[in-house]
Amino acid sequence: MEVKEIIRPENLVYKRTPLLTDAYLSYCPGCGHGTVHRLIMEVVEEMGIQEDTIGIAPVGCSVLAYDFMDIDCSQAAHGRAPAVATGIKRLWPDKYVFTYQGDGDLAAIGTGETIHACNRGENITIFFVNNGIYGMTGGQMAPTTLEGMKSSTSPYGRNNETMGPPYKITELVAQLEGTHYVTRQAVHKPGPVRKAKKAIRKALELQKENKGLSFIEFVSNCNAGWKMTPNDSNIWMEENMFPFYPMGDIKVDGKLVNG
Amino acid sequence: MAKAKGAIVVDVERCKGCQVCMVNCPTDTIGMAEAVNGKGYHYAYMKDPESCTGCTNCAVVCPDGVITVYRVKKN
Ligand SMILES: Cc1ncc(C[n+]2csc(CCOP(=O)(O)OP(=O)(O)O)c2C)c(N)n1
Ligand code: SF4
Ligand code: SF4
Ligand code: SF4
Ligand SMILES: [Mg+2]
Repeated sequence: MEVKEIIRPENLVYKRTPLLTDAYLSYCPGCGHGTVHRLIMEVVEEMGIQEDTIGIAPVGCSVLAYDFMDIDCSQAAHGRAPAVATGIKRLWPDKYVFTYQGDGDLAAIGTGETIHACNRGENITIFFVNNGIYGMTGGQMAPTTLEGMKSSTSPYGRNNETMGPPYKITELVAQLEGTHYVTRQAVHKPGPVRKAKKAIRKALELQKENKGLSFIEFVSNCNAGWKMTPNDSNIWMEENMFPFYPMGDIKVDGKLVNG
Repeated sequence: MAKAKGAIVVDVERCKGCQVCMVNCPTDTIGMAEAVNGKGYHYAYMKDPESCTGCTNCAVVCPDGVITVYRVKKN
């Protein structure tokens, strides 16, 4: 069968969602941010909630998320997205409101906003892209940087004794009463992508039910900051990030999975 | 048994040549072109069109949403 006989509208099984704008993504080749953007937009499209969804972009590489997602968006000062989302959701409780944040944004400068929005159980969704580094500013150490991991501010590798150990903010927020659904996902391979998409759908559906805050961490790569090719960074992530940041649900229906 | 036959279309100018699709293709259908696109990237293409099953793996992992997938059942 000729390729041109296959490429016909009736045989279409996958195409880019129209909820991603035509703008070229500003991310480095192979960066997981693009995949997470696309999955969120695919879910918003499939749920038919484009007109009712409001996203809050962070400071970090994804600061321009509002240019790439064809929904209403705002952008918050560094780390303050959960506070902005709180205000918007309280004014428009029927809208689907999410933040999109990196690890420097969410787990360093924005720790206070993150913890307290989670503790209050704001009825929002937090999408947290953890690449273990400050990607945008040139690969500085983040609170999530692994022990021994090199960054521009830990050139000999993170030393837990002098720099403190990395911490798992996702496990931490799962302890708080206000969080309803907390999970850790990845988007580097087809299987994880399909699982991550289901988690995004579940999180947004929970907003309809006013169940409280849903929190999804995506362990992701920063091939530029880690100084690797995209595929090498994905292998390195599996071998080094996943043992410390294990995949899977941490809290479901308001109950800790291993509690 | 009916076997699926597929084909992909790469939006050449959007492709960043990251090769993530290539390593996730179970049938080794995808290669990187020797030519470059307008941004200077070696873009993905079907180097072995016969082998594509239309599984969509390449498209779902592509960070830039570059790939469209078609599939037909063949006998
Ligand atoms: C108040 C303030 N402090 C510092 C910065 C500099 N800055 C910009 S992005 C960033 C870190 C972003 O890292 P992360 O949230 O992990 O996002 P990534 O780029 O890795 O996706 C920092 C410190 C800033 N823009 N504003
Ligand atoms: S610097 Fe890192 S996080 Fe930022 S776009 Fe590049 S790979 Fe992605
Ligand atoms: S994954 Fe996408 S951007 Fe990367 S090489 Fe393949 S088609 Fe191009
Ligand atoms: S659709 Fe499946 S078989 Fe075809 S190129 Fe993509 S990954 Fe390979
Ligand atoms: Mg980061």
